[in-house]
Amino acid sequence: MSILYVLVPLALGLVLLAVGAYVWSVRSGQFDDLDTPALRPLIDDAPSPAKREPRDDGIAKSGR
Amino acid sequence: MTAPLLDVRPSGECAHCGLPVPGDRRADADAARFCCAGCETAYAIIHEHGLDGYYSFAERREGRVLSSGRVFEEFDHATFASLYVRTRGDGLSEVELYLENVHCASCVWLVERVPFAIPGVMSAELDVGRARARIVWDRSRTPLSQVARFLDSLGYVPHPFRGARAERERRAEDRAALVRIGVAGAISGNVMMIALAIYAGWFGGIDHAFERYFRWWSFALTTPAILWPGRVFFRSALGALRNRALHMDVPIALALGAGYLHGAINTVRDAGPIYFDGVATLIFLLLVGRFLQQRAQRAAVDAAELLSSLAPATARIVRNGTVHDVPAEAVLPGWTMDARAGDTIAADGVVTSGVSAVDLSLLTGESRPAPVEPGTKVFAGTVNVSAPLRILVTETAEASRLGQLLRQVEESARRRSPVVRLADRLAGSFIAAVLALAAVTAIVWMVRDPSRAMDNAIAMLVVTCPCALALATPLAVTGAIGRAARRGILIRGGDALETLAGRGTLILDKTGTVTEGRLEVASWSGSDATKPLILALERHSRHPIADAFARAWPVAEHLEATDVRETIGGGIAATVAARRVAIGNASFARTHLVNPDAVVARVGDPRSRLFVVVDGAFAGTATIGDPVRPEAPRAVDALRRAGWRIEILSGDEDGVVKQAAKVLGVSGADARGDRTPEAKREHVLAALARGPVVMVGDGVNDAAAMAAATVGVGVHGGAEACLATADVFLARTGLEPLVELVSGARHTMTLIRVGIGVSVAYNVIGAALAFTGVINPLIAAVMMPVSSLTVVLIAWQGRTFSRRAA
Repeated sequence: MSILYVLVPLALGLVLLAVGAYVWSVRSGQFDDLDTPALRPLIDDAPSPAKREPRDDGIAKSGR
Repeated sequence: MTAPLLDVRPSGECAHCGLPVPGDRRADADAARFCCAGCETAYAIIHEHGLDGYYSFAERREGRVLSSGRVFEEFDHATFASLYVRTRGDGLSEVELYLENVHCASCVWLVERVPFAIPGVMSAELDVGRARARIVWDRSRTPLSQVARFLDSLGYVPHPFRGARAERERRAEDRAALVRIGVAGAISGNVMMIALAIYAGWFGGIDHAFERYFRWWSFALTTPAILWPGRVFFRSALGALRNRALHMDVPIALALGAGYLHGAINTVRDAGPIYFDGVATLIFLLLVGRFLQQRAQRAAVDAAELLSSLAPATARIVRNGTVHDVPAEAVLPGWTMDARAGDTIAADGVVTSGVSAVDLSLLTGESRPAPVEPGTKVFAGTVNVSAPLRILVTETAEASRLGQLLRQVEESARRRSPVVRLADRLAGSFIAAVLALAAVTAIVWMVRDPSRAMDNAIAMLVVTCPCALALATPLAVTGAIGRAARRGILIRGGDALETLAGRGTLILDKTGTVTEGRLEVASWSGSDATKPLILALERHSRHPIADAFARAWPVAEHLEATDVRETIGGGIAATVAARRVAIGNASFARTHLVNPDAVVARVGDPRSRLFVVVDGAFAGTATIGDPVRPEAPRAVDALRRAGWRIEILSGDEDGVVKQAAKVLGVSGADARGDRTPEAKREHVLAALARGPVVMVGDGVNDAAAMAAATVGVGVHGGAEACLATADVFLARTGLEPLVELVSGARHTMTLIRVGIGVSVAYNVIGAALAFTGVINPLIAAVMMPVSSLTVVLIAWQGRTFSRRAA
């Protein structure tokens, strides 16, 4: 049974990873709006407009 | 764009909105057909920008496209920008707009295509549930009004979202709560798993080294649960103690702290029970319960905020002879404001030209419009009724009488003391009791049979896990709030339900609450032959009394009135069918009567009476009033049977209020008129000494009183300020939803009590079994979820606020 000395920390390490991923997903706003994203897959044509958040240069790269 | 044009519908269906096309617009047999010019424009715009894919969404054909056609000049104003627009780190601007008519997937599609249509717009993201769009754009390239006009032309009339700042805070709060729940959940699950290994060890036998190993692990896991998610309880408990108040979090923090410390000591000294699984699970469940409750309440808050976003935020300012739309907040003293008939006046000021009547009901509750002429002071929030006015602004929006009232409202809201929640209150003492019981069990069995002491103490701890107790209230309240919202009753807090389920004083405002809030012809004492003459006359007036006549006597016959003369604050006179007809109050009628004294003396209380004079002879009187809603007496009766003492408080004339009270069966002593908003508040504060007070109102004149009351209820059609303070908002007219609210609240409280009763009964029985040693920890662990399940089922089954329960 001494394998437990390895398995329990290992399992808890995995839990830590999962919790980390969850915290990241909440903080990046993925739980803010649970209705609209479900509708976005319906929008299938047209290229994505300027990839929504032009973070660094401030001007849309692809534009029109 | 790949999507084909789906414009040619077989029959008379509009190519844009899918509604039937009226006959006169069906001329072109082949081309796309439209039901109205609005649809045609929207279609043209969509087509022009290559957005035809929109028409492949069948869902969109629920609503009709209605654009307002406004210029949205005020969206480019500096004050608008400082109020609603945020400048981002990268130099772009961001604004949140509330859009009307958003309802489905195609709306998401269309709105999020705005960046394609307008250069300079980087992104448009729509939250379809809240009908809110976040627009990111380059202010130096594109004015926001252009974006607004584009959205408007598609039928999504944009409004600045006023709660944006509060919303950002709330979003951060929400995220923090979710993180806490996730962390607490992961920890409690794992601590439970480890606890299961320890419990199993009691039966199958366990090496002491392993047991110690597991105990240290649960200690190590519970520590972060206390330090991170559990910190909220300690922090709020400390805050309460610092204010010398007892708060629901105090016993919870005590129990958590005691349980944790006890477990820590026992872990270190390697003997005695540890409570880590209970502590971790409790933190998790309490957080979940609170979050659920908050979530449901938020829906109601959102709805109220949307309504406030819809209210007009612009003033028409005259500069160099032209009229500009300016945000109401930007209006400065010294400017001249233009108010058309029907406009809400945006700032306090003095009339410089124009003669009209102003509806003051928002501020005073007075149902009859007051006459205004050059020199009269008018107030923000009142409505110009009959003719255009020019107003010299004397105060900024903040310094206006309305602004001051709103501040008073905010202060009262802040002072309101928190109501202790039943389950949380119970949970704290409950845990203390459980700990004590477990200790007693251990001691008693130590004496009787030391080998079973540990077993029974643990069984006691497991079987009395207060999961069900922690869930009972949030589940019932969440369900009730959700169902009530679908019935047009928006409840902002569970506390309101607790008060409404009890008894106390229920104060009703008269205008707009008990009554229709508009003038009606109550009686007519002349002959029917005179009616067409009166109608012909009143067609030339925009006074609400004229509308009242038109509603009261719908006739086909139309007579022409010539030589119309209206005296503001007096009456109206004209020549109809070669006869001189005059309608007005007593003094006005006097000037038209050949023999005035004989007539006027004959009729009693002249205040709400109109006199009709035909060719100098008295032809009858009409009483004008704001009638009591037909269902009101029955509703008041039902409320009284539910144990509420009914009072009426109004800013209207005392006589009118007393009369309405008589119809409702409320004694004259409990009906008070001529009350200013400040006096209403005083009255509520005085009534609070006798017990809980519910204030029902619809205007700014009630807002201060509503904020001071235990529960404020805002009724449909009310002012923004009233919505902001209301704990409950009734989105349907009349008093019936109020009755439904009270009965629903009772139902909900019953449900909560049943849930708590069941879980307590379950725990008492379980505790007795554990104490006597009948059940072991494993059976206890199986029994535990059954109680939670029962409570969930009770909350689910208790159809509060359903049609049946109402």
